[in-house]
Parts: sequence; structure tokens; C-alpha cells
Amino acid sequence: MSTVTYREAMRQALREALQRDERVFLMGEDVGRYGGCYAVSLGLLEEFGPERVRDTPLSESAFVGAGIGAALGGMRPIVEIMTVNFSLLALDQIVNNAATLLYMSGGQFNVPIVIRMTTGAGRQLAAQHSHSLEGWYAHIPGIRVLAPATLEDARGMLWPALDDPDPVLIFEHGTLYNAEGELDDDAGAVDITAAAVRRPGTDVTIIGYGGTLRTALGAAEELAGEGVDAEVIDLRSLRPLDTDTFVSSVARTHRAVVVDEGWRTGSLSAEVSARITEEVFYDLDAPVARVCSAEVPMPYAKHLEDVAVPRVCDVVDAVHRSGA
Amino acid sequence: MTAMTPAGSEATSEAADHRVHLLREMLRIRRLEERCAELYSATLIRGFLHLAIGEEACAVGVMEALRPEDAVVATYREHGHALARGMTMRSVMAELEGKVEGCSRGRGGSMHLFDSATRFFGGNAIVGGGLPLAVGLALADHLQGQHRVTACFFGDGAVAEGEFHESMNLAALWHLPVLFCCENNLYGMGTALERAESETDLSLKAAGYRVPSWEVDGMDVLAVEEAAGRAAEAVRAGGGPHFLELRTYRFRAHSMYDPDRYRDKAEIEQWKHRDPIPQLVARLSAGEELGEGELDRMEAEVAAEIEDAVAYADAGTLEPVEDLERFVTSPEPAARP
Repeated sequence: MSTVTYREAMRQALREALQRDERVFLMGEDVGRYGGCYAVSLGLLEEFGPERVRDTPLSESAFVGAGIGAALGGMRPIVEIMTVNFSLLALDQIVNNAATLLYMSGGQFNVPIVIRMTTGAGRQLAAQHSHSLEGWYAHIPGIRVLAPATLEDARGMLWPALDDPDPVLIFEHGTLYNAEGELDDDAGAVDITAAAVRRPGTDVTIIGYGGTLRTALGAAEELAGEGVDAEVIDLRSLRPLDTDTFVSSVARTHRAVVVDEGWRTGSLSAEVSARITEEVFYDLDAPVARVCSAEVPMPYAKHLEDVAVPRVCDVVDAVHRSGA
Repeated sequence: MTAMTPAGSEATSEAADHRVHLLREMLRIRRLEERCAELYSATLIRGFLHLAIGEEACAVGVMEALRPEDAVVATYREHGHALARGMTMRSVMAELEGKVEGCSRGRGGSMHLFDSATRFFGGNAIVGGGLPLAVGLALADHLQGQHRVTACFFGDGAVAEGEFHESMNLAALWHLPVLFCCENNLYGMGTALERAESETDLSLKAAGYRVPSWEVDGMDVLAVEEAAGRAAEAVRAGGGPHFLELRTYRFRAHSMYDPDRYRDKAEIEQWKHRDPIPQLVARLSAGEELGEGELDRMEAEVAAEIEDAVAYADAGTLEPVEDLERFVTSPEPAARP
């Protein structure tokens, strides 16, 4: 076991991928000489050289599209986009090309690309660097959407994502990079198809992912002090959703609270809630509750940002309202 | 029969045969598209149908410069590119009729012809959206040490898109083997170039990225072939991206829905005088390269090929609706550890 940060776990995963497969290369804005906007790729340029760790101009559409083209041409590109808000400049390539080419070509051209990006609030970066738009991407057929919330997943999701013959988007919550913990020295690939029960419990199911897993676990701790035994589910894969895991949990606990840093309207939490209602409606003892971000562009001032995103106390309140 | 042939005559006859071949290729595209228009009226083809009638020399001339291992990224006006690249008329026609025998299994239609065998990467219907793909294909070739060319077709309309500028810059910056082929037909749908661009000299845009460019008469297949050949070899030899501005014109409307209110009839007629097919016929006839009755024979052969393709498509099968979700993702799921 070693003590590592989420950032270092990601970097280990990148290094392993570059070592294991010569088709793999990393490209994006400032991934090389700068070391990565969030220092995830620090040192990789020196280790693997400028052909395989490629700094790009500020041309999201071109370098994401070039990643798609390189994937069509037999490579296994990892494309880093600084933040999910910037990915909107490449939305055409992701949605109109990466997600459609296999289908549109009648199965001839698959796109084995991995696109990583930062998401989420909590760093006072205001309304153009802080949103949680992964739910939008989870709407799109043809792409897999992952949200590593733990060190194991930060370390282990990249390799199976690269093994996937189709496009995979990985969303890294910006406040997780400095999270530190123990990681097995031989930690490696993890399953990317299933949700995980991060804390077993019997009274209520709290469902989160990425940055909101901590919030859900924090709420569960607080609730434990009140004698409420909450089960916490980490969705891990936002598309496809592992419905069975959260639905079977709710069937046991009879109550559900969904925690999503996206806006409530048309959100991933709405999808999760709808699936619970569709599958286990008659097992519910209370309506499904949702804790989402306030429907505002993310504010800069800390006291405003703090209340704009789901907090532990909001989740605890929601659990109380559900009668647990 | 003479025992001796003058040294030059075999080469000359080969060159003449080649020019006849170019004529045949243009004729195949022209007649197929004319038939498509009929089939559209007969509702056998639906969706958007964009005909390239008038622009055949561009597709035919450029494809002659490519090798089988090269790649092609085309637009939604790509029937001609597909045929000239070597895709069969049958697979194209079956696609237009939405049959599973189509080159994209009926999933793409007119705007999305694909073929892995000829490395034909669509059929892209977002204007400018294919350019980054071409840059990426070229990047893959560069990283794999392959001396291949990626030819990327787009219209003058795409020049207004950010993806054009980002892609030109990236290809030039990384010295990638892309042959950018701009089919400048003077209109982005209904908007004339001078109403869309502050600078209508497109080669200046290429120059802004230090990309060598040629302006080519896109109504002259021999001129296109010659320029594309030089450019493709320069690209293949490691000369970085090159840009061809193929000056052409579409004789028909933008699509079957377009009433064509924005073009002067006289302008259309004027361009029709430069129709690439009669131009080449006249040239070959004058040089006695097209024998007596040869054009009629060619027309008959092309007509037979088209009717065979239509019959093939008509007899084709519809994909079972149970397969609706097939190929949203690849057949093999993501690996588990």
C-alpha cells in the first residue's frame, strides 16, 4: 500500500497505458510542457516524448476530432479537455461524430477514443469552469460515460476504457485531485460496467457519483449518529447506468435520495429517479428525493457557491423528509 | 498489322485510354445522379438528396491521384466521391434505397456513405465536421510511420466554420499528410461566397496557415488530376498538408427541396457551357481519342450498370427491426479485468 492522491492515481494509469500499448498517446491543451492544467500528466512528456504526449493549440473541436480520426486510423488516443465547459466547443465532434460513426457506417467504423475532462464546482471558478454537464453526455447513445470517485477508480478505469472499442468519456471532479488515501501498489484495471455499494445499510439508499459520493458518505456518517443506517451507492458508470444495483438496494431500503451536482431539471438524477419509480414503485415507502445544484450559473463568491451545490446537510435533510 | 510501333505511340495510347477512363467515370456519376433524381420523385429515395451534377471532375480527378491505402473523408454531396473511389454502384444505390445491402446497411442514406474496404470515411453531413477527422487520420498515419495521404473534401461553405481554421492550423503545425480539397461551387447552400466571406480568395486562407495551395479549374478533369497528383505526391513525400481550391459549380439545386431562388438563371447557363463532360468529349473527339460510336457504347454500358444497381437495390432486403439497436456500440462489450 502507498499513500497517493487522486491526481497521482490518474497519472499512474496514464503512465501504465503509455507503457503497455504503443498505440496510446495523450493530447490536449498544456498536457506536455506545462504538465497538465491540474498537473495530472506532469512528467509524462519527459518520459514519453512529444509525439506521445502532445500539446495542442486551443482548438477543442480540432483536437477532439483529430482524436476521433486517429482512433479510426488505428490509434488509441487519450484526449484531455481542461474542463467540461470547454468540451462544449468540441460537442459537434463528440456527439455528431464519435457517438454516431459506428451506427451510421453500419458497423464498419468504431471509435476507440478516451476523452478525459474535469467537471464540477467547489473551487470558486464561477460560471464558465464549474458546471456538471456529464448528465448531458449520459443522454447520448454510442458513448460510455464514467465518473471515477475513488482512488481505485481513478487508477483503474482508464485501462478498460482504452480496451473499449467505442468512445469513453471520463469525468474527473476537480475537487478530487488532491484527495489522498491508501492504494494497493498492484492496483489496476477495475470493472467499468457496474455501480458499487460504498456503504451497506438498511434504512435508506443514497445514490451519488463522482464528486457527490463524498457528500453522500458524509451524510451517511452523520445519519449513523442518529441511528439511521444509510446505504450509499456510487453509480460509477453514468452511461450505461447499472440500474440493477440501485434498484435492488431501494427494494431493500424502501427509500431513495439521489445526489447530483447537475441542475435538477432534466438531470441525471431525474433519470435515476424515474428508473426507481418504473422498477420498484411499490417497494417505496416515500417519494424519491433529489438533492441537486441550485438552478443558477455557478457563482464566484464562496458563500454562494457553497450553498449552490449539494451539501451534507441537504442530503441529511432529504433523508429526514423521506421518513427514514 | 505493322511489325513495328513507333516508340511513343504505346504511351500515347495508354494516356488516351486513361482519358477515356476519366470520361467514363464522370459519366457514371452524372447518369447515376440523374437516375437518383428520378427515383427521388418516385419516392424510392427519401431524406435529403444532394446532387453533384456539374462537379464530377473534382471527385474523379482527385481520386485518380490517390492510392488504395490512402483515406478519403467526404461531404454529404458524396455520391461521386464514393463511386470514383471505387465503391460499387450497387452498394451506393442499395444505401439510397435504405436496404441492408447498402454500403452503410441503410443506416446512413445519401449523406452517409461509408466503406472500410476503400477507406472511405463518409459521408459527413455537418459542414466542416469532417476536417478534424481527416487531420486525425493523418496523425495516425504519421504516428505509425505510414506514408499515406488523407484526402478531405469540403465545400466553400465550410471555410466559414471554425473547424476549417482549427484543422488547417493543426495539420500545418504538425506537418500532417492531409490533402485539403475545397470544392468551391460558389454557394454555401443558398448563400453566395461573397455574402459569406470577407475574403473570397480561399487560397489566401490556406496561405495564412502556411499551407501550399493551388487554384484549379474544377470543370477540367485533366487539370484536377494533374494538380491533385502533384499535391498528393508532395503530401506523401512529407511535404505537409496541401490545399486545392477546385473551382466548380453545381448545375442543380442544393438539394431536392431547394427551389433555387438565389441564383441567376443566366449564371447557371453560363457555367453549363463549361460542363466537364462535353468539354472532355470534345477534346477526346478532336484528338481522335474517342472512336466512332464509342460514346454511345459507353452510355449504354453505364445505363446498364445503373439499371443493374437499381434492380439490385430494389431486390434488396430491409434490415429486421429487431436489429434497430445493433451497432450503437460494438458487438464485443468492454473488457472486464
